[in-house]
Amino acid sequence: MIIAEQKPFERIVEMTAKARNILVAGCGTCVTVCLAGGAKEVAVVASKLRLAAQNAGRKITVTEATIERQCENEFVEKLAPALKGVDTVVSLACGIGVQFLAEAFQNLPILPGVNTRFLGAPSKQGTWQEKCMACGDCRLDKTAGVCPMARCSKNLLNGPCGGSANGKCEVNPQKIECAWQLIIDRMEKLGRLDELEAITPPNDWSTAHDGGVRETASEQAVPAKTEAMKSV
Amino acid sequence: MTIESNLERVLQAGKFAVTGELGPPRGADVEVIKKKAQLLKGHVDAVNVTDNQTAIVRMSSVAACALLSQLGLDPVLQMVCRDRNRIALQSDLFGAYALGIRNVLCLTGDHQKFGDHPTAKNVFDLDSIQLIQTVKRLRDEKKMLGGSDVQGEFKMLIGAAENPFGDPFKFRVTRLAKKVAAGVQFLQTQCIFNLPKFKEWMKMVCDRGLHEKVAIFGGVTPIKSAGMAKYMKNSVAGMDVPDEIIKRVAGVPKGKASEEGVKIAVETIQQLKETPGVRGIHMMAIEWEEMVPKILQQAGLSPRP
Repeated sequence: MIIAEQKPFERIVEMTAKARNILVAGCGTCVTVCLAGGAKEVAVVASKLRLAAQNAGRKITVTEATIERQCENEFVEKLAPALKGVDTVVSLACGIGVQFLAEAFQNLPILPGVNTRFLGAPSKQGTWQEKCMACGDCRLDKTAGVCPMARCSKNLLNGPCGGSANGKCEVNPQKIECAWQLIIDRMEKLGRLDELEAITPPNDWSTAHDGGVRETASEQAVPAKTEAMKSV
Repeated sequence: MTIESNLERVLQAGKFAVTGELGPPRGADVEVIKKKAQLLKGHVDAVNVTDNQTAIVRMSSVAACALLSQLGLDPVLQMVCRDRNRIALQSDLFGAYALGIRNVLCLTGDHQKFGDHPTAKNVFDLDSIQLIQTVKRLRDEKKMLGGSDVQGEFKMLIGAAENPFGDPFKFRVTRLAKKVAAGVQFLQTQCIFNLPKFKEWMKMVCDRGLHEKVAIFGGVTPIKSAGMAKYMKNSVAGMDVPDEIIKRVAGVPKGKASEEGVKIAVETIQQLKETPGVRGIHMMAIEWEEMVPKILQQAGLSPRP
């Protein structure tokens, strides 16, 4: 899932300095699970904004709404009634949700209330870790289910650099595990260590963001072309 | 193949090789290069020029190598994959050859977190093994990575580095085997302070017959002080400095620590000369180049052939 964390509250205050009628909009999916932008967090941010305005002697209205997903039209439409009289929206969704709202509600400023961090999963209670960088060409079959792209600090594809010590990455030995140590350990358990002798050639980055902004289509969902269109 | 590299000449003659290292200035001061070059000239077969080592911005390695070449030294161009993609790496390789550089050392590169620009974006388009393959392809097949033909001559002796003290220990030899398969010709190791562990690694290298396919140079760094030894042990990733070494340097009277450090370096070189499969040493006298001639003379390796 997409992992986000709340922006420093001062930044939210700064962004909303001119707002009089704010809607704090939550998202019920990823950011709810990672405790950054669900209904609970919306309530906290809204009351902090009210308090901050009160302390600053400003009169503002802050309302709250959380929809199932900020990245799909059918849910975003449901936000429309909550926008009555609102002059500023603080979205606690990921960057995708913020942009989706901005597209849907052209005349309203949509401000980001969280920082979208990465694609990850919980590593322990209350902590999330990056697992995928959406490179567009999954090779987890070759690396025993551990991604060297996302989880090696240098995205190395041919084994660990010299900075792997005691299973940890030199970039942050307290927090980051050496992905290659994990790969080697798992390949050994699977009896496939010899496969790591093969050289992985230079990567094709064109499937990643390096190839430009990406779009993908599902044949099942895209309306089929008519015979007349095909001949064009 | 004749590459016109002095280092290649020494290796082909079957001599025990000695390479040195030179860190370019943190600016454009040519005098720094000239001064360090004079200290090393005649005492080493070739000189590595570091490429923004530990991600600290310095004069470009290509430029500093070209200066060394003009001064009559045989430079080894260190190239890291951190700062350049495959387009820039290949382009700089051609530029280096055009300026008279004939040796390249292919490295992955330290993470920028350790340097003076920790907010920089890194590249790592290729890794060190893929860079070795790239140089070999440019040289032997006259083809670029993208498939275009290389115009004119291009020759380079291909080197790489390996850390026998990094983890996972067993995979370190596999990684060396991958470098050999990619086409590496000489290999310099991380600084050796833990000789028993190095010898254990070297035995694994020899058991796989890798020492016959690549010339391995043991890394030697003279210790200036007990503080330096402790710093390397605790703060430099992948560095193995046993407590006995620290105790030895710390145990001598004040002002004698550097002398003890030199003694340890000379002893290390002597041990390396006797270690099966080792074909040279790589002296990394970090900002202590003036000590190199003395150490090499004491170790019986200076003057050079």
